[in-house]
Order: sequence, then C-alpha cells, then structure tokens
Amino acid sequence: MTSWLGTPLPRKEDPALLTGAARFIDDMAPVPGIAHVALLRSPHAHARIRSIDTVVALEMEGVIGIVTGAELAEGLRPLASALRAPMTYYPMAVDVARYVGEPVALVAAVDRYLAEDALEAILVDYEPLSAVVDPAAAAGDEAPKVHESMDSNLVHQRHFCYGDPEAAFAVADETISLSWHYPRQSCTPMETCGVIAHFESHPARYTLWSNFQGPYILHGLMSAALGVDGNRLRLISAPSSGGSFGNKQAMFPQMVMLAAVSRLLGVPLKWIEDRLENLQAGSCASDRADAVSGAFAADGTLLGLRYDNLMNAGAYVRAPEPASLYRMHAASNGCYRVRDIAVDNRVALTNLPPVGLNRGYGGPQFYYGLERLMDSAGRRLGLDPLAMRRRNIIPADAFPYEAPAGATYDAGDYESVLDLVAERADYPALLAERETARSEGRLFGIGMAMGVEPSGSNMAYVTLAQSPEERAKADGRSGGPGSATVSFDPSGVVTVRTVSTPAGQGHATVAAQIVADRLGLHPDDITVNTQADTFTSDWSLASGNYANRFSSVVVDAIALAADRIAGRLRRIAGDMLEVAPEDVELGEGRACIVGVPDQGLPIRRVAARAHWHPLGLPEGEPAMLRETAVVSPDVLTSPDEQDRVGSAVTFGVVCDLAAVEIDRATGRATVHSYVSVHDCGTILNPLVAEGQVLGGFAHGFGAAFLEELDYDEGGNFLSGSFAEYLCPTAPDMPDIETATVTTPSPRNAVGSKGMGDGSAMLTPSAIANAVADALGREDIEIPLTLNRLWRLAQA
Amino acid sequence: MKPPRFAYARPETVEEALSLLADGEASVLAGGMSLGPMLNMRLAWPELVVDINRLSGCDVIAVEGDTVRTPCLVRQAVMLRNGNVPLLSLALPHVGHMQTRNRGTLCGSVAHADPSAEVPLCLTALDGEVELTSQCGTQKVAAAVFFDGLLTTAREPDEMITALIWPKLPPGTSYGFAEIAQRRGDFALAAAAAWACVDGAIARVGFALGGIEDRPRAFTPDASGLPASEATARELAETAVGELDAMSDRQADAAFRRHLGVEMATRALCDAFAGAVS
Repeated sequence: MTSWLGTPLPRKEDPALLTGAARFIDDMAPVPGIAHVALLRSPHAHARIRSIDTVVALEMEGVIGIVTGAELAEGLRPLASALRAPMTYYPMAVDVARYVGEPVALVAAVDRYLAEDALEAILVDYEPLSAVVDPAAAAGDEAPKVHESMDSNLVHQRHFCYGDPEAAFAVADETISLSWHYPRQSCTPMETCGVIAHFESHPARYTLWSNFQGPYILHGLMSAALGVDGNRLRLISAPSSGGSFGNKQAMFPQMVMLAAVSRLLGVPLKWIEDRLENLQAGSCASDRADAVSGAFAADGTLLGLRYDNLMNAGAYVRAPEPASLYRMHAASNGCYRVRDIAVDNRVALTNLPPVGLNRGYGGPQFYYGLERLMDSAGRRLGLDPLAMRRRNIIPADAFPYEAPAGATYDAGDYESVLDLVAERADYPALLAERETARSEGRLFGIGMAMGVEPSGSNMAYVTLAQSPEERAKADGRSGGPGSATVSFDPSGVVTVRTVSTPAGQGHATVAAQIVADRLGLHPDDITVNTQADTFTSDWSLASGNYANRFSSVVVDAIALAADRIAGRLRRIAGDMLEVAPEDVELGEGRACIVGVPDQGLPIRRVAARAHWHPLGLPEGEPAMLRETAVVSPDVLTSPDEQDRVGSAVTFGVVCDLAAVEIDRATGRATVHSYVSVHDCGTILNPLVAEGQVLGGFAHGFGAAFLEELDYDEGGNFLSGSFAEYLCPTAPDMPDIETATVTTPSPRNAVGSKGMGDGSAMLTPSAIANAVADALGREDIEIPLTLNRLWRLAQA
Repeated sequence: MKPPRFAYARPETVEEALSLLADGEASVLAGGMSLGPMLNMRLAWPELVVDINRLSGCDVIAVEGDTVRTPCLVRQAVMLRNGNVPLLSLALPHVGHMQTRNRGTLCGSVAHADPSAEVPLCLTALDGEVELTSQCGTQKVAAAVFFDGLLTTAREPDEMITALIWPKLPPGTSYGFAEIAQRRGDFALAAAAAWACVDGAIARVGFALGGIEDRPRAFTPDASGLPASEATARELAETAVGELDAMSDRQADAAFRRHLGVEMATRALCDAFAGAVS
C-alpha cells in the first residue's frame, strides 16, 4: 500500500497562495459597515500625558469616533501578567506613555486614509520623562523607573541550581566565561497583524476575526480583560495567514482594544497593522545582557555551567513573558551530558516596546551562550569544534534522557548527526583549507552550533517564574493537549478539522497525508480545515501554531482520530461484506477483503451508510462517521519542588557548521560553506521540512549579519522601515547543504518531531563562532554588520 | 502608512506640466520609487502630485554631438541596456533591483539627490549637466553645483528636470565603478565612479565619490605622467578622501566611510586604468 507520509507531496496550499486566490484578514468583510482604525502612538519613550485634545480631529471628514487610552481603560480590566508586580498594562497608554510607539489614542473612520489624517489633528500635551533603554542600566538603582508604582525596574529574579555546579567549577581544568548583548530582532512576517472586531448586544458578545496564531490560553486572558464569559468572546481565524513566527501571538492586546472600542463606538472595526507599526511596536525577540561560564576538563568534557541572564522585557511584561527565559530552561544542558548547572534569571523593564514570541523563542539567545562557549573552550583547550561536541553529547543508548532541569529528551542519535555533518562539510578538507587560507594571511574561520529543539510546549513551564512555594499555593498546572476531528460527510468525503492556525507551514498537506494513509485514500480526497472558531471548533488552551506544536502533538491527534475512523470503516464494511473487521483492508479508495482485492466496496459507499442508513449498521455502531481525538502528552508534567519541568514533548537535534571568510578591507564576510543536519524524527513531507530549514537559516543569517531593532539612548526608534531594518533578500543568501538523520519519536503515532525553529536558533551562533575563529577573538556580538566586522578585523 | 490628501494631475505635455508646477507646491512623480514611500510615510506633503508618466517623447535617449541627452522618462532599466554612457552601464546594476529599475528614472534619481545614489555620482564624475525647465525657460546647471546637500538641489519649485546631459568623453577613455553596500541594491556606504585616459602612463583622470559626504564630490587631479598603477590609484583616493567631511550613522561611522571611500576609489580607478570598459 502506498504511504503518502514521507513523500514530497507538493503543498495543497500553494496554488491559492501563488495565484493570489488565498484570502487573508485584510480581504475579509464579515459584517457590513466596518470602520477603519488608525492608532496615534507616542513619539516619546517616556512621557506623562497631561491632556489629549480631540475636538478638531472629531470634526474631520469621515471620522466616526476617537477613543483615548484613559477612556478605553474605564471599561476594561488590565491585561493579566505572568508576574506579580504592581504595574498595570492596558492596550493603550493611560496617563503615562512608556515607549515610542505605544498607542495613546484610536481613531475610527470610514477609511484608513481619513483615520490617519485625523491622527495629525489630535493634540497631546506630553511632559517628557527620563527614559532607560539598556537592561543593565535599567536594573541599577539610579535608573528612571518605568512604572512609578515600582521600587525597581527589576521585576523578576530567580536562582536555579541543578546538581552541584560549585563542585564542578572547583575541579575544572579550565573555566571559560563570556558575556555579550543579544540584540532585538523581528522575523518580519510578510503579512502583518490584523483584526476585525464586532460587538453585539442582547446578550453582550464579541466576535473577533483575526490572524492571531494562538496559543488560545490567551482567550481567557482576553475575555477576563473584557469582563465577559469565555463563550461570549468568539475568536475566528482568517483563512490564510502570511507568516507569523510568533509575532501574531502578541496582537492580543490590540484584539482586546478593538473589541472594547467596537462596544464604545457601536460599530464594527478593522485594524491592519502597517509595516511601521509592525517594526515599531510588534512582537520581537528580547534583547538580553547575558553571561555564561563553563567548567571544562582538559580533555574538553563540560563539567558545569553557570548562566546569568538579564532579559529586557520592555515597558510591560506582556503574556506569556517572561517565558522566553524559560522556554529552554528545562534543557539548560543543551545536547550535552553536563548535569551541574546554575541559572540566574532576571527581567528588567525599560522604555522599549514589550517583547514576545519570535522564531525559536528564547532559543537563539540561549544557544548564543552555550554554543559560543563550546567553541571558545575548544580554542582554549586546543580541540576543534567537532571534537568538543563528540566529547560531550548524550550517547544514543541513553534515551529517553532525563535532563537535569527536567526535560525528557525522547529520542536521538547525536553521534550520527555529527558524523553526517563531518561528512557533508568534508571536515578534514575544510580544516586544511583553513590552514592554507591562514598561511596566506586570509581571515578564514570554522564554527559549529548544536542543540536540542523543544517542541510541543507545556502550558505550565512559564510557572517556573514563580517559586515552588508560590506554585504550591496556586492550583496545579500541566499539559498541552491537542485535538483533531476526522469525519465523513453524507456525500462520503473526508474532512479533517484541527485548530492549528498555520501561517504557511503546510499543515493541510501533511494532515491529508497522515489521514490518506490510514483511510486508504488519496490526499486530494481529503479536505483540511485548520481555522479556529472558538464557538464551534474543539480547541484547547494549547491550541494554535507555536513551539512546533503541529508535528509533535497535533499529528498524534489527527492519526488517532483517523485510526478510529478506519476501525469503524472496517467494522461497517466487514458487516456489508460479511467478513470480520480484521479481514477488511482499506486502500485505493476501497474497503476490500484481505487478499481478495476484487471483493470490496468503495469506501465512499461504506461511509455513506453511517449517514443514510444508520439502522443498517452493525450492532453497537453509532450513526454518522465523526471522531474527535484528544491527546494529552503525559511528559508535560507540573514543575516540581526542585524546579524541574517536562517542558516539551519532542526534542529534535540540530547541528550546523559554518565556514566564513572575512575581507579585511571591507568587513564583508562570505559564507564559504554551511551544513545543517537535523534529526527531527520521521520526516512527514521532505519539501515542507527542507523549506523550514532554509527559512530558519535565512532568519538566523539575518540575525547574524544584518538585523537589529535599533534605538538611541533616549529610546527613539531608528529602524522604522526596511531601509533601516535590513533583512536578507534572496540574492544575499548563500547556498547551504541540508541533511537529516531519522530517529523516530516515541511520543506520537507517526514518529515526528518539531523542526521549524531549530535553524533559526542555531544559525546565529554557528556564524558567530566561525567569525570568532576567523578573527581569533571571542568578543563577538551580532549583528555582524560590515562596520562591526571591519572594526573587529582591524584590531 | 497612508499618504496625506493631495491633488493629482497627469499632464500630456511638458508645457502643461510646467504650468502646474508654476501654480503651487507640487511634487513631480516619475517612477515613484522614492516619492511613493515618502508620501506613505507622510514625509512628503505636496498639495499636488504631477504625474509625468504620460509626457510624450520624454523617453528617447538622444546622442547630440559630444553629449548624450536623457530626458525625464528614461528608465534606469532602459539606460542599462543602452551603451551610450559606459559609466552608467557599470553603475546601474547597483541601483536598487530589477523591479525598481524598471520604474525608476535617471532624472528622478538626480532630483531625489540621495548622497549615496549612483546616478548623481556618475553625473558628477563625468561633469554632466542637469537641464532645468520652467515657464521662464530652460537652463543647464552643472552637476557639481546642482547637488546642494542631503536630498536638496538647486532646482526651484517651479522647475522640472527635463533631461540630464552626459558628456561623451574622448575615444580611448575607460571607466571603473565600485561600491559597497550592506546588501545588494542598498544605498552605498561608499561608491566611486572613475574614468581615465591611459597612454602608457596616465594622461587624464577623473573620479567622484558618493555616500561619504552629503553629496557626491568630483576630483580631477593632475596626474598626467604618473604610472597607471594601484599605488597611484590609492594615493589619488587617499588625497581625495582626505578632503571629505564624512557622514556618520548607524550603518557606517565616519572612519569606516572614509576607509571604504579609499577602497572603492582605488578599485574604480584601477578598473579605469586597466581599460576594461571604454
């Protein structure tokens, strides 16, 4: 029988996307009379709002209404935070604006042009206040306070200890320490955020259409802010979403804002974030002032680790922050055997926009410490980067592996991954090439980065931000369930429904491949609906599209629901064919007697019986053919008293090797070669998988060389367009070599793992390591722009 | 990112366009590659946008004696395929991308006067002229005078750039162009355009540097008799850059810009000395 899973089936989604037929949020007009919203945003990083005069603007052509932050806040509760601190966060500034770009007033008008015209006429009397931008400065006692109500800008501080790091450092032959600033970046999805809000009364309820990506745990946070029961806040996702990378998680405050203003003004509203708004105040990766120390034996064995992380949260701790500090926490050992680890985490507030999800969420920052450390230590100890990894990786016979901070690595063969990297990079020849280049005085370097990629998040991992005592007082938290429904409709065709809200990941294609195999159908016969509608679909707190959830968790629910349907088809067909269900096989669209292919029935006909002739079904077989499967991965445990947590379901491994040459005269780095090997379990669709690797590499390449959301010391934003915020374009991208090792995961029915973040997590470190090797210095910070590389190459 | 309200006119003759420009505060829309974003960002607030894309006869490149005249609707992509100004053939591949060159015009780039832009740099290097026309008549302004600083020029509001005049250098002149930008198609951090007549040794040489100061600057050193070598190129480049007041921004600080200026001028001069393009 044909297996569709694992084949490079072209994506079902692409014809509509490539012909412009796909519909996005801005194409939608689900209710008549929609007014268009423009936001007046603060030009100051920190200012008291003395008054807002809207008199002139309200009289302007096409203006339907104007709402200020103070007016909005009257009818809302503050947005809840994962941290308990005396600060209030509303979707618009109330009394004080705390970052450039913070909304201070909203105009609704008959079109966006007139709405923007009216923004110009709103008069805000600001009293500028001192601002703080740098997280280390913000943490100091002298810094201006971002929130007057707080004694310090440090809103979070926790120390973690696993094993005996003191002892490890005491016996080390070498201790290597690095410190650096990791910049703010955004993955800049092609389509920005967008939301349409419609308030209706009797009973009071809100419907929001948007390209929100989840997680739907935020639904409860939104309904709480609006003060309505959960089933009076209906979230519907747009048919297509043009990339997200986490960024479309952070739009929930704008969703609350639009819902509330729709009620205040009595009209449905649409807000489409423009590119300036997206760069200025959309979600971005947090910048961090981090340090790491490693205790090493002379043979390269990593004995102990100390992390000192200081995250710049921006002006508010927007949910789910400070999760970016904790996403990798349970895997603080990376892919290595080291078990003695100390972690100090601090979060500082500054007068910059709040941070949030961005591809790899906390992973790029984490690996910039651990993987830079490994290569630096190798240089000190006289061991090459490949030898450093070979010395320290978790061996293949150790899985499932209990990591010291609580993660359970499901499966892996890291040795084979390293072998493949060495083979594809032609490692000995590359080392020889480096020798030749250096003998000619050229700057040539080799760097590596290797790490695990957690996928399918535990909804409880962010509670590590609380102490065990605080957690004990609250109700327990754990898990991250997934669900899917597979059904035959009365005409005998199959629909798969799951709330996976993809933004270009090809979920529909892969879901059809999984179901086609199990039901003996062709993927074209299967329609997949991945849209969310919280009023009608089966969603969970964990639903949505983030943390590689689809290929680690959702696939399991799809497979389980399809297996149940397959079992029922066999029972019904067995009854119709007068054989036992075990003697029925499904294939090529038919249910046949095993070994007698000409004795069978079209599956369509078998399925139709469940609708058209339910009383003709075998005894005990229910009417209709619809199965909803819910899976709840049991590894997603509550954090324990030792702060250990099963943070994710699957742990793939990625290993990248970069070779670069730097032109002393211009600071131009050329990627000589780049190899990326992934073990992400069973490959569901190699086209989709390779696309994820190439896309993740592009984001990592941009982070390494180009991208930084830049602010001056006063918090003024300097990267407000794609002329300043530079992303790599197609001609800038070097060719890379990709390969896979396949160690199936035992955590789901198809053996797959998440793999969408890995390259974005590791590429910046691999490139920085190659640059450090080329320059013979360890003080490497990204982005490695021409100017920065030239300066480093001169000294 | 929606433009403020503006009136829009699409004249079919130059006379009509000039009369619209004479009436009030207007912006000329040619390719729109700079004006479009500036309108959307509300950095430009014209009362009137005069769209000149329907003007007839303004897209014809004319060789007139020892000059080449490129009127206001000559697109960058068209000039790239036209060999009459060899220096532009070297420079235009660095201007934006294929898509922007299909719309962007030579005159539009000169009118916008970005200090790093390649077309103003080449016009300056060749000592070309800008043909400015208003209802009062036509005047030609030397490139060295026309560029007045960052995004500012000698053009009066009622004037329109009707053409650029490119001198044809004598046979035997060869050319070089070099630039460096963070990414392909970005505005240069430093760029250099050079020409030289070499007859054993250097006979005549000229070059211009862009992206370093707030406007392109031309240099025609007396180098006759010097060897057409890299050492000479570097010496000329260093002397020239020494006269420049380099800009500093987040992409490139002044020291780096000066350094790149020397590098790019050296490379452009070496190419011109080598006579690869003539």
